[in-house]
Amino acid sequence: MTETQNLSVRLTDTTLRDGSHAMSHKFTEEHVRTVVRALDDAKVEVIEVTHGDGLGGSSFNYGFSLTPELDLVRAAVDEARNAKIAVLMLPGLGTIHDLNQAHEAGASVARIATHCTEADVSIQHFQHARKLGMETVGFLMLSHRTTPENLAKQARIMADAGCQCVYVVDSAGALILDDVSDRVAALVTELGDDAQVGFHGHQNLSFGVANSVYAARAGAKQIDGTLLALGAGAGNSPTEVLAAAFERLNIHTGTDVQALMAAAEDVVKPIITRMPVMDRASIMQGYAGVYSSFLIHAERAAERYNVPAWQILQEIGKAGYVGGQEDMIVDVAVQLANGVELTAAS
Amino acid sequence: MSKKTAAIVGSGNIGTDLMFKLMRRSKNIEVKYMIGVDPASDGLARAARLGITTSAEGVDWLLAQDELPDFVFECTSAKAHQANAPKYKEAGIHAIDLTPAAVGPYLCPVVNLDSLEDVLNVNMITCAGQATTPIVAAVSTVVPVDYAEIVASIASKSAGPGTRANVDEFTETTAKALEVVGGAARGKAIIIINPVEPPMIMRNTVYCSVPAEAAEPGELQDRIRAAIDDAVAKIQDYVPGYSLRVEPQFDTAREDWDGNGRVGIWIQVKGAADYLPEYAGNLDIITAAATRTADLLAERMDAASIKDTVGA
Repeated sequence: MTETQNLSVRLTDTTLRDGSHAMSHKFTEEHVRTVVRALDDAKVEVIEVTHGDGLGGSSFNYGFSLTPELDLVRAAVDEARNAKIAVLMLPGLGTIHDLNQAHEAGASVARIATHCTEADVSIQHFQHARKLGMETVGFLMLSHRTTPENLAKQARIMADAGCQCVYVVDSAGALILDDVSDRVAALVTELGDDAQVGFHGHQNLSFGVANSVYAARAGAKQIDGTLLALGAGAGNSPTEVLAAAFERLNIHTGTDVQALMAAAEDVVKPIITRMPVMDRASIMQGYAGVYSSFLIHAERAAERYNVPAWQILQEIGKAGYVGGQEDMIVDVAVQLANGVELTAAS
Repeated sequence: MSKKTAAIVGSGNIGTDLMFKLMRRSKNIEVKYMIGVDPASDGLARAARLGITTSAEGVDWLLAQDELPDFVFECTSAKAHQANAPKYKEAGIHAIDLTPAAVGPYLCPVVNLDSLEDVLNVNMITCAGQATTPIVAAVSTVVPVDYAEIVASIASKSAGPGTRANVDEFTETTAKALEVVGGAARGKAIIIINPVEPPMIMRNTVYCSVPAEAAEPGELQDRIRAAIDDAVAKIQDYVPGYSLRVEPQFDTAREDWDGNGRVGIWIQVKGAADYLPEYAGNLDIITAAATRTADLLAERMDAASIKDTVGA
C-alpha cells in the first residue's frame, strides 16, 4: 500500500454543488463567479455546480434555491477559462429535460447518481447524456451499504449504459480505509479499460482525505473535494488538503496547491454561513451510515420538535433510509416527540 | 345486474395483482381473459390455474375472440398501450390504462370520475398519483394550492423493470396529475427506490403550499384537516392499508416559499398482499383504484342502458 510513484488523479471540485447543502442552497451568481475563478486559476479541471441534491433539487423536500441553478451554471460556464462545468442529477428527482437544459446552459459533464444498488434507473440518462456529447460520471451513493462485489456489478450496469467513470461515493462518510480500497479495487477489476473509477469522500468520521489516498492507490483516477470541506454532514474531503497531501505523496493532480489554499481561505471562507464540523450529529451520520445532506434538515426538525438531531439521525440509520428521503426526518422527529418506540424500517 | 367481463393485458406484477384483486374484491367485474406475451410467465400460469382463459399471443388474439370483453385493463407499457388503444376503441371496449401512456384522461376514482364525460379510455396515472392526488385535491377544495410536491418511496423489490426504465415518465406523469387532478397550479413529483431489508412499506409525503393564514391554527386550518381526513376515509374504502403516519404538519409562512405556508402529509400504503407482499402498497393502490373505477363504470353503463330502454 505504499507504492505511489507515477500515480495521477483528476480532482473535481464540488464546493458549488455539495457545498450548496451547507449554504442551504443560497449561493449567488457572484459567489459562483468568484469560486469558479479561483478554482480555474488553481488549474482544477472539473467544477460541479448544481443544487445540492442535483438538477431539480429546488423543492420543499430539499430546500429551494435562492438563485435558479441554471443561472448559476451559466455564470460558471461564462467564468471558466479552462475548467469543465459539471452538473449532478439523481434519476427520480431530476429528469432528462433538466439535463437538456443544463447542457444548453453549457455544462459539459453529467454526473448521474443512484443509490448503490439501484444503478438500472440511470440507464436512460447515461444514454441521453452521451447522445448530447457530454462526459459522463456515475455516482453509486451510500457505497457502504453494499459489498465490493455487488458494487462492481452495479458499476458494470452504469458503464454499459455509457458511463465513463463510476464513483465509489461515501455519502455517509461511513467508509474507513480498506473499505474504500476494497470497493475501488473491485470496480477497477470489473471495469478494466471500459470506464475509470472515482471516489467521493465525506469527513463525518474524519477519513475523507485518507480514504482518498487509499482510493488513488487502489486505482481511482478521479477524486472529489470541496474548498474548506464545505459540504453536507461534517463536510467533504477538502480540495486544498487533497492537493497538498497528494503532492507530498507524489500523486500528480496538476493543480496549484498554494492557489487552492488561498482559494479556501480568501474566497470561500468569507462567503460561507457555517463551517463544516464534526459534532455529535454529523459523527452519528458516519457512525450510523446516514446520508450526509440529512444533517441540516435533522437540525431543523430537532429544533421544531424538541428532540436531539443525533437521535433523529440514529433512527434514520436504523430504518435504512437512502439519499432523497429527507421527508422521513419529520416523520421520525414527530414519532420521537410523541414517545413512539422506533425500531427497524416500518 | 349481471357482471361485466374483463381482459387483463399484461401478465407481470401489476396484471397478476389486478387479477386477484378483481376476483376477490370486485362487485361487478368478472375476469375472462389474461393476455401476455411470455408463455412462461408466472401470471399466465396462475390465471390458467384459476380457470381464466389465457393466451401468450397478445392483443390481436384477444380481439379475434367471438366474445369480446366489456373492459380491458392495460398492464403492459406506455408504448404498448399507445399501439393498442385505437384497437380497443374500434372494438368498443372500455380501456382502463395502468401504464403512464395517458391516452385517456387521468383518473382517480375518488376525485374526478363523476366529472368525466368520455370514459372509453381512462388512465390510472401512477401508484403515487393514486396515493397523493386525492390529498392535494382535498387541500385544494379549501384553499388555493400554488404548488404541490410529493415524494414517493417504494421498496426496491416492488419496482419492476418497467418502473426502473421509465422513472422520468413516472415523475412527469405524477407531477402533471397533481395539477390536472389535484388542482395545484404547479406540481412536482419525486420517486425514491429503497432496497432496505425487510422491504419498506410504500410511503408518500405530500407537501402543499397554503396561504399564510391557513398555516396558523384556526378555522381554515381545521377545514383543511377535515378535508384530508375525509379523503383518507374515502380511499380506505378500497385501499384498507392507506393511513396517515402522523397528523398533518403545518409550517408557518416563509419568504422563500413566496410568502406561503405549508402543510405536510405523511402517508403509508400497506398493500393487501393479493400477489406481492404487503410492502408493495404501490402495486395495491393502483390495482385497487382500477378495480374501483371498473366497478363504478359498470354501474354507470347499466344506469345508461336502463335510461336508454326507458327512453325507447
